[in-house]
Amino acid sequence: MASSSSSQLPSSVYNPRRHVGVHAERVSDVASTEFPGHYPGEDHSWSLARFKESLKVSVKRLSQRSIEFDLVGVDASIANAFRRILIAEVPTIAIEDVFVWNNTSVIHDEVLAQRLGLIPLNVDPALFEFRLPGDIPYDRNTLVFQLEVECSRGKKGEIINEYVTSGDLKWVPQGEQESVFGDMIPAATNKDIVIAKLRPGQIIHMELHAIKGVGKEHAKWNPVATATYRLHPLILLNPSKPVPPHLAQKFASCFSPGVIKVSSDGQVSVDERHLRKETMSREVLRHKEFEGCVELKRIRDWFIFSIESEGPYAPEALFPEAIKVMRGKIASIRSAAEALLADSQDLAGGAGAVASAPDADGDVEMGS
Amino acid sequence: MAESTPKIQILKGAEPDLSAATYQIHDESHTIGNALRWMLMKNPKVEFCGYSVPHPSENHINMRIQMYDGLSSLTALIQALKDLDDLCVTIDEEYGKSLQNDQYERWDEKS
Repeated sequence: MASSSSSQLPSSVYNPRRHVGVHAERVSDVASTEFPGHYPGEDHSWSLARFKESLKVSVKRLSQRSIEFDLVGVDASIANAFRRILIAEVPTIAIEDVFVWNNTSVIHDEVLAQRLGLIPLNVDPALFEFRLPGDIPYDRNTLVFQLEVECSRGKKGEIINEYVTSGDLKWVPQGEQESVFGDMIPAATNKDIVIAKLRPGQIIHMELHAIKGVGKEHAKWNPVATATYRLHPLILLNPSKPVPPHLAQKFASCFSPGVIKVSSDGQVSVDERHLRKETMSREVLRHKEFEGCVELKRIRDWFIFSIESEGPYAPEALFPEAIKVMRGKIASIRSAAEALLADSQDLAGGAGAVASAPDADGDVEMGS
Repeated sequence: MAESTPKIQILKGAEPDLSAATYQIHDESHTIGNALRWMLMKNPKVEFCGYSVPHPSENHINMRIQMYDGLSSLTALIQALKDLDDLCVTIDEEYGKSLQNDQYERWDEKS
């Protein structure tokens, strides 16, 4: 599958410092220790050049809905930040306000409104501004849809409009929206989501307002179906206690198919090309006869990301979007911190001497 | 409410020279907290750094920074933010390069 292209693992994965131990009922060495002062005589301070050297990002699989890629050489805190941002802070558009003109279906208004909110829309959020509570809706922050479906019985007794689906949402352009969107008509990404079922004579007529939001406020604004990572598995065979040849097949069947190779004379070895497929079931640790033969590890800084898009973003566009959000957060904290620094220098300057002259000195000193 | 609270506040009890201080960062969570903590700990002049989310329904984090040699923790914080931004740019570039140049499996996924 995916791994077939990546032939062999780099030898640096056997560095025990990069290993997280996987045992029968616990994991060990989870946290990284590579900080300044932890190892005498070693320099673990931040260096962009060193980071660039060790960083490896490589896309493995891509479809129109999902992407799998490796992020190697970063700390868990960084990988986790991107994962959290993908789920909670990459904006999308979703239906927020529902004005019910008529609803004689068996589904209650509020339940219907909840269902409508969860429909993923194909609208690029970059075209919109956030509408904060109290803001007035206008064409740059609100998208309007009309939903009007009436169920009836046809001439031959067939039921017309039995199902209300997401494809029944009709976009009502506001202001400049028609020229902005052109032929990219706002609609649901999936037109076949059943919203309600009707019987002849029942009617649903409502106006829907969609706005921009983020997943931390409500999951309907979550741009991904899933965004997860796992650590690259590693199996270390103990050279001083080889697996007995007559148990080799049993040993191999403890792992995912293809991960362990058995030669014709019953020697087992790890197939590095397929190692990433290992599910780390720990089955091998349940068998007494294999005790001490093998160690299960994960590589602490090798993240196998898997992102499934559900909504307007192409799967390969989601990760850069998360980085953009992260940089935005950093920038806002940084400007606040720099303002704080300027303030504290003003304060120190004011206390040390008179008025404004020392301020400028302080600024130059700290800034350089 | 959120507009009136400043993005960063120095909590009381900080050293006058800011060699040890706790910063309260508003509207942030573990996402930034842990990443920033890691980057600060990469600085050899930082004696201690830790963060906490004091309460799940309060929308802020507390970041404690203590420095060696009486250095300013605020400059260390700004430096860490700068470095974290560089890191993001590097990852973004590498990802873009891989997406453009690498040979990877493309497959058809039915929705």
